Amino acid sequence: MYQELILDHSRNPHHKGLRDPFDAEVHHDNPVCGDEVTLRVLLKDVDGEPVVEDVSYDAEGCFISQASASMMSDLVIGKPVGEAMAISEAFLELMHSKGAGEPDEDVLEDAVAFAGVSQYPARVKCALLGWMAWKHATAKAMEVGH
Amino acid sequence: MSTFPQHLDVEAIRADFPILSRTVRNDKPLVYLDSGATSQKPRQVLDAERSFYELHNGAAHRGAHLLSEEGTEIYEGARAKVAAFLGADPGEIVFTKNATESINLVAYTLTSSVKPGDEILITEMEHHANLVPWQLLAERTGATLRWFTVMPDGRLDLDPALITERTKIVAVTGQSNVTGVIPPVTEIARLAHEAGVPVLADGAQLVPHHPVDVTALDVDFLAFSGHKMLGPLGLGVLYGKAARLAALPPFLGGGDMIEVVRMEGSTFQPPPARFEPGVPPAPEAAGLAAAIDYLSALGMDNVAAHEESLTAHALDALRDINGVRVLGPDTTKDRGGAVAFEVDGVHPHDVGQVLDDLGIAVRTGHHCAWPLHRALGVRASTRATFYVYNTHAEVDEMADGIRYAQRFFGVRQ
Repeated sequence: MYQELILDHSRNPHHKGLRDPFDAEVHHDNPVCGDEVTLRVLLKDVDGEPVVEDVSYDAEGCFISQASASMMSDLVIGKPVGEAMAISEAFLELMHSKGAGEPDEDVLEDAVAFAGVSQYPARVKCALLGWMAWKHATAKAMEVGH
Repeated sequence: MSTFPQHLDVEAIRADFPILSRTVRNDKPLVYLDSGATSQKPRQVLDAERSFYELHNGAAHRGAHLLSEEGTEIYEGARAKVAAFLGADPGEIVFTKNATESINLVAYTLTSSVKPGDEILITEMEHHANLVPWQLLAERTGATLRWFTVMPDGRLDLDPALITERTKIVAVTGQSNVTGVIPPVTEIARLAHEAGVPVLADGAQLVPHHPVDVTALDVDFLAFSGHKMLGPLGLGVLYGKAARLAALPPFLGGGDMIEVVRMEGSTFQPPPARFEPGVPPAPEAAGLAAAIDYLSALGMDNVAAHEESLTAHALDALRDINGVRVLGPDTTKDRGGAVAFEVDGVHPHDVGQVLDDLGIAVRTGHHCAWPLHRALGVRASTRATFYVYNTHAEVDEMADGIRYAQRFFGVRQ
């Protein structure tokens, strides 16, 4: 489960820390363990299409949730919202695959390291904490004007 | 190799628990240190439940046939057994789904006797099962929830001034499911009773692990679950002093709890039948009776002594590991066998995961006691809990597993 990539990201999480400016901020908890994440999203219009300009977050949690949030920020920053949502769907599908998923490295990059985590149902929530917060914050940001 | 006093023949006990001979991840033998969540079941309990279905299955309290009569006898026999185990009268024993339902029963049926301005007194160390039902009662009635706070060592700050003429009930755990702290329940009951206030004890972590006599404990209500004391899931107990139970209106309505039913209204049975609508779970009651026989044959004093010995060993073993901090008291004085701890630099989920891969089952998270974790300044913890089948070698395996996790995650050389 603890691939070297996961340990690397959890020790040195990318894009961590809350930054301004932002369009929307959300706070999510994992009620099982009390882990939490506060996450901000900044979008910008590029030729009429919303693009993820920045994702910043403050998170407390296990190696799995920390690493997942770090990889998520790598994957979505700079991408059009539609494409980033598709990546998030691919990750969700992988996490619900109960170990049988064959992730596409071109889509999920480092996050393919999470394939093993999907064998442990109790940990799937940890892996999804940051992603769910990002989806929620992005939906909110889209509502406020993008 | 140090030796430990033998209060129980653990090897013989382990042979009675089929699940303890299975292997888990990586073909490791199972080291089960999560009995505080649910205990394992000996063959004798499984046989009792199975034999009910094979030989006596009929709806208790119903029907004119032999099977129904036998079902009734077994169900009521279990009630008498629970009563004797606690030093209570059978009429003071209500069967429920679990301890959670037992507490909800009391919190819900008190609704009409609680008014705005009244107070409900609990503690900061409660499991959510003995916290949320009281929050809901306060919301329904306009009463105020108050609580004894927890000191840094996990013990209760017992401020008698919190018991006032406005207090309607005091609810307190018999043993913390996180720190193992055993609050002075009898002392709290004495203070409450001086003010005429009834006391409910959450016995979910007390009754399975210690001898309990309700007369000596002197609480008005005691809630616990069968499945944490070697019995089947799905059956809990509410003990209530006869006069206290008689003063409560029905909780859930249905068959068996009524005297006369007319379209215009119904009258109700006295306790305990008043609180037991529907076909009763007689097979589970048969299982719980077998569990009580099993525990009684071991002797609850021996059960408590065995767990105290394991707890002392665990506290010593954890103290020896750099970067590990135990929540709550670091001696076994007024402390039972729930040992929760933090490992510096490693989240409890990750500790639990590595232990799981070694075949060691522990609990991780806030263990349904979020406010207590907050009071102790901890987000979550890893918890080991012990029972009659646990060994000192298993405690050592857990300690080795923690060291391994520290090395694995690079927080230990």
